[in-house]
Amino acid sequence: MATQITAKERMQITRQVMPEQEAVQRSGNFQEVNLGFSEQLALLEAQRCIQCKEAKCIKGCPVMVNIPRFINFVAEGDLASAAKSLFGDNALPSISGRVCPQEEQCEGSCIRGVKGQPVAIGYLERFVADWARTNGSKADAETPAPRGKKVAVIGAGPAGLTAAGELVKSGHDVTIYEALHKPGGVLVYGIPEFRLPKKIVASEVERLTQAGVKIECNIVIGRTYTIPELREKFDAIFIANGAGLPVFMNVPGENFKGVYAANEYLTRVNLMEAWQTEHANTPVLMGKRVAVIGGGNVAMDAVRTAKRLGAEKAMIVYRRTKEEMPARVEEVHHAEHEGVDFQLLVAPLEVIGDEKRWVTGLKCNRMELGEPDASGRRKPQVIPGSEFVLDCDTVVVAIGTKANPLLTATCPELKLNKWGNIEVDENGMTSIPGVFAGGDIVRGAATVILAMGDGKNAAKAIDGYLAQV
Amino acid sequence: MHTILAKKQLSPNVTRLDLLALRIAEIKQPGQFVIVRRGEGDERIPLTIADADPVAGTIALVIQAVGKATRELVALEVGDAIRDVAGPLGHPTELIASGRALCVGGGVGTAVVHPIAKALHAKGVHVTSVIGGRSKEWVIFEEELKKCGDVIVCTDDGSYGRKGFVTDAAKEVLEAGGIDIAYGVGPVPMMRAIANLTRPFNVHTIVSLNPVMVDGTGMCGGCRVDVGGETKFACVDGPEFDGHKVDFDLLADRLSTYREFEQRSNACAEGECRIRK
Repeated sequence: MATQITAKERMQITRQVMPEQEAVQRSGNFQEVNLGFSEQLALLEAQRCIQCKEAKCIKGCPVMVNIPRFINFVAEGDLASAAKSLFGDNALPSISGRVCPQEEQCEGSCIRGVKGQPVAIGYLERFVADWARTNGSKADAETPAPRGKKVAVIGAGPAGLTAAGELVKSGHDVTIYEALHKPGGVLVYGIPEFRLPKKIVASEVERLTQAGVKIECNIVIGRTYTIPELREKFDAIFIANGAGLPVFMNVPGENFKGVYAANEYLTRVNLMEAWQTEHANTPVLMGKRVAVIGGGNVAMDAVRTAKRLGAEKAMIVYRRTKEEMPARVEEVHHAEHEGVDFQLLVAPLEVIGDEKRWVTGLKCNRMELGEPDASGRRKPQVIPGSEFVLDCDTVVVAIGTKANPLLTATCPELKLNKWGNIEVDENGMTSIPGVFAGGDIVRGAATVILAMGDGKNAAKAIDGYLAQV
Repeated sequence: MHTILAKKQLSPNVTRLDLLALRIAEIKQPGQFVIVRRGEGDERIPLTIADADPVAGTIALVIQAVGKATRELVALEVGDAIRDVAGPLGHPTELIASGRALCVGGGVGTAVVHPIAKALHAKGVHVTSVIGGRSKEWVIFEEELKKCGDVIVCTDDGSYGRKGFVTDAAKEVLEAGGIDIAYGVGPVPMMRAIANLTRPFNVHTIVSLNPVMVDGTGMCGGCRVDVGGETKFACVDGPEFDGHKVDFDLLADRLSTYREFEQRSNACAEGECRIRK
């Protein structure tokens, strides 16, 4: 190891703090909140890694990044080797470095976290990936020998992009079919600019196309082509078309003007660029009092977006407490610092509207936590007689999604589970040989990194499958 | 890119564009639509496919210029290209195999009725089309529909065909008897009127809904409509539904969500923009 520090000195370095845009300022703009480590901060942080022989962090990572190895290169100041190591394991590190729930994965397994703060693995991953992007590092420039096999990937979201990147590295001829007009899936329509700048997604996509991945937009599989039609032209298929249909609460007033599914709200702002208020062609209602229902990452994205669109009061309405929230800890903290109001232990009953059916409020019950339910979380129960009306002019429903039947309905041979999600075996293969699936269409609503993990695993399985046929 | 090969002004504010879209032209069925985005930064607009020529690889879109996006679309000329065309989306029209059908088209909706009438005629169904407009120059697709069966033209001012609304003529057709199914496409009040008209005759009635839509693949939920007390997404469950079950009030209401934005952008287009940030 190049760094001449003792073990004691190493243990004395405290976790470096991510520089971020100041809260009041950032809640009024869409620029990225986290500013990224400087090289100096990254070198210091990298030195905190004790290079475990049996690194638990690797097992905690859905795509099994060799974390100690790339961090060691950073500690040695060899950023080109760090990038090569990282990109070899993970096709989209500048994205996962920004949106992964590290506290539950790599950092949650870090030994240094047992008696203190874990190594800031996510921030280091982001640093190395960004360094590689701005320094033009061609970590994976070698062109593999063509294998003569064609693979179709359905959906250019995190699972599809990851799979395509891995497959092209193995020498396969890969075409991605994307339903929207721009590749990226949830990375472009769902996750806001202030958390994942779209130019980063665009540059990751460009890296894949330069490596030989073909992307065809505006192709809706299930409509433009069906899976059986693609099966005739391709040797293997990976279905990663995402979760799809937003779930509503099924309460009265939910179709009033001013009620959005989070998907629509975020799509208007992100993909359709309504955040560029001066010259956006697609409008979005800019409520003054916005109630976002839900406690996940999508809810946090929506509520922080509302704040940036000028809401005087941007509220999270969640029926449990902060402890049970599925959102990343960092997102909840950021939302708090930006002045988001948390209405906890509150469950909506009805959307109230005026005579023209514009939203004026949300009738709610107050809740208390009872016994743990099947998920292990304490079940919220209504406090009798606690009904009240929360004043708001916009409601954003962020309580999840369910499987989109558009593709599966035109491919009856695909075995589905009772929720309409595609069933796969341990290799990610569906009931049709040569047709694989991953991401939210298999898992229901999950995370970007789990989708990326599915993409990576499926690519490996597809490569094995193609070697046999 | 989808090059425009032909352009025709059909009425004072309705334009037909024929553009290259090979795959869609090959497989599209009546009732289906596409999502069109003219260029970078533009809105996604759902438009029903009015006709297709699988040999030439073209589809026909009939566009009423009502807002900024549609105005910019009809400003395109032959040789220009549309950046994004996704589809064909939505379920195909429910067609009957034999018997008699009433097809009612109001304004630009007449262009949507056309592929339905064409498909019915091809199956051997007897088609009576009732179409209308404010006055003679607003009547569209008359010649095309005549190739599919009988056509009754109505104008509000009597300048062409019968004087009166399409509902009056449709009522007479229903009263004459023998109609097995009715299709109604046009402005919301017209579709509501047609559904109310056919109800006492017990004639199954299909309407094509045009709610606000963003992605067109079921992802956003913006196009939700109430059909028989159930929330449906027009893009994946429709766009055609049983007219006797549709909550037209809700549809009309939700269509007005962005009226203020539209008025503002229309005012800007007319050079009256006084908006300061």
